[in-house]
Amino acid sequence: MSAVPEPTSAATGRSRLLQGNEACAEGAIAAGCRFFAGYPITPSTEIAELMSEMLPRHGGRFIQMEDEIASMAAVIGASLGGAKAMTATSGPGFSLKQENLGFAAFTEIPCVIVDAQRGGPSSGLPTAPAQGDVMQARWGTHGDHPAVAFCPSTVSEVFELTVKAFNTAEALRTPVILLMDEVVAHMREKVALPSPGEVRVVDRPRPSVPPGEYIAYGPPPGAPAGDDAYVPEMADFGTGYRYHVTGLTHGKNGLPIGPGPEAEFLVRRLSRKVEKAAPQLELNRNELVDDAEYLVVSYGGAARSALRAVRLAREMGVAAGLFRPTTIWPFPFQAVASLAAKVKGILVVELNLGQLSLEVERAAAGHCPVQQYGRVGGELMRPSEVLDALLRLTGRKV
Amino acid sequence: MGDIHRYLREYYMPHIWCPGCGHGIILGAVLRAIDIAGLDQNNVAVISGIGCASRATGYVDFCTLHTTHGRALPFATGLKMVRPDMKIVVLTGDGDTAAIGGNHLIHAARRNIDITTVVFNNSVYGMTSGQYSPMTPTSRFATTAPYGNLERPFDLCALASAAGATYVARSTAYHVRQLTTYIGRGLAHKGFSFIEAVSQCPTYYGRRNRLGAAPAMLEWQKRNSISIEQAKDMEPAEREDKIVTGEFVNQTVPEYTEVYAQLIGRLGRQGESR
Repeated sequence: MSAVPEPTSAATGRSRLLQGNEACAEGAIAAGCRFFAGYPITPSTEIAELMSEMLPRHGGRFIQMEDEIASMAAVIGASLGGAKAMTATSGPGFSLKQENLGFAAFTEIPCVIVDAQRGGPSSGLPTAPAQGDVMQARWGTHGDHPAVAFCPSTVSEVFELTVKAFNTAEALRTPVILLMDEVVAHMREKVALPSPGEVRVVDRPRPSVPPGEYIAYGPPPGAPAGDDAYVPEMADFGTGYRYHVTGLTHGKNGLPIGPGPEAEFLVRRLSRKVEKAAPQLELNRNELVDDAEYLVVSYGGAARSALRAVRLAREMGVAAGLFRPTTIWPFPFQAVASLAAKVKGILVVELNLGQLSLEVERAAAGHCPVQQYGRVGGELMRPSEVLDALLRLTGRKV
Repeated sequence: MGDIHRYLREYYMPHIWCPGCGHGIILGAVLRAIDIAGLDQNNVAVISGIGCASRATGYVDFCTLHTTHGRALPFATGLKMVRPDMKIVVLTGDGDTAAIGGNHLIHAARRNIDITTVVFNNSVYGMTSGQYSPMTPTSRFATTAPYGNLERPFDLCALASAAGATYVARSTAYHVRQLTTYIGRGLAHKGFSFIEAVSQCPTYYGRRNRLGAAPAMLEWQKRNSISIEQAKDMEPAEREDKIVTGEFVNQTVPEYTEVYAQLIGRLGRQGESR
């Protein structure tokens, strides 16, 4: 028998020095993930490596597929079989997964997709950070569809948001994207992992009616009349509930339909179910915002430099604050809108040429000036650069 | 043999297949093979990609999954990994399997994962109205081969065999009893089984190549089919226009999900002894 390395155990209830990718794998196991399909790609590969070691020890299954497309497909197939399932990738692989990601959104099959963003476009800068996939996480697959994406800034947050990604995917029956970046994926920090019992785990709504009464995409029993944002109950394949799942526009019984009101209802319901849950999903980790005159909006790895810049600005007497959304999709529109009405200016700090800043501008709706500070050369911006940009926004000479 | 109508979603008929299409005959063979095998209807998943053949999943009363173009096998792989107790059948067409899904075919075969794949090979992309596929013979006409096809077709059974499929057979819509037998053996086989079923598309492929209506195309399948034994004694040039029917591979090799289950068992025992 071959030598097997010491097991990595999920959620041991003690502090450990972990890489972001390691915290992601630990979070997935703690959330109940029991299937992973992936394909090697920098900077997310460590997640696949760890899952290949941990899953069979937890009675789960790992497979390295022939490509990124197949990995996304296998994850959906496994989820239909009742397993919580995840894949992890980076820019080029995220592009390849988009068609099947749309399939999961349309057929309401829960799954988690990790994208550790790297420099782009194309093959770009494989070992360097970027946040160029923000809009792809929202609109990457064709057609109108809901999107949920979480953005961690610390290694502890990677663990926390990985668990939240699974719980959200299951509760809403929708794919959830954990949008990391190379900074957070490869950074090491001390993390206090919770004990297994301390992790809140949510399972998909399973049928409350016998197979004869089950309508695969109908409202759950007890849903209020006229509910147009419901999450249907989901039967695992092979449990006596025989039904059809298709990427074609489908009726409540799962079978394909043509154009008309039923098609309209379906596409609108999918977006509504996520919009309805948006207030519960919203989680903004803000610093010094209450009395802020100038607001910095930043997320993921970039927010680490932004936070330092905000503190430096305070030392210089500038009333700056950091608004850091961890749920970027759905975008916290109302929170930004109300802050925009109070502050004198907003600086959006992100590793791209202006993506989430577009949403911030929409929310600010002209109430205050919105500027963006971005970097796309594969280097995380320094706090001093952010500070300079912030001082320029305030009108001070830099 | 029972009544195969119980495996059909008749409330979802009529189907989309054209009059004279061979796909209904092949689907009938699949259902008869499932019936003869006595499989539990609740424990069978039928998975397809995109194309005329792949619409079959809508018409059959199992757990059915109509996926994206070419990707039925990786969806099936994920399901089989977490539900090794289920019988997984993939129904697919020649464009779906040999073109966009070609990579998935060879890797599913290589892993020897327990999935039965039936390819409805009508030599053409029917759903999009008759473009040439990797299975269109050289010099035949299609809407995207108006001067005759310049490419060479695959020998799909040879491809599956070379990639490691552990049961490989070919038959035709005309030889429906033989086809049913082969599908049945594929279902009984532990490992990746691959059955190519030659179908006819009178609407697009037949009309453009002046092959006549469906009966004439079925006659052609009858006249041009030869057994593996007959093919052995023929020169390659003689075999060119022939359909070689029979069982090409039937061997026992460890099945992927069983090997994975053994790994889980091994790790579990180590955990207890620690």
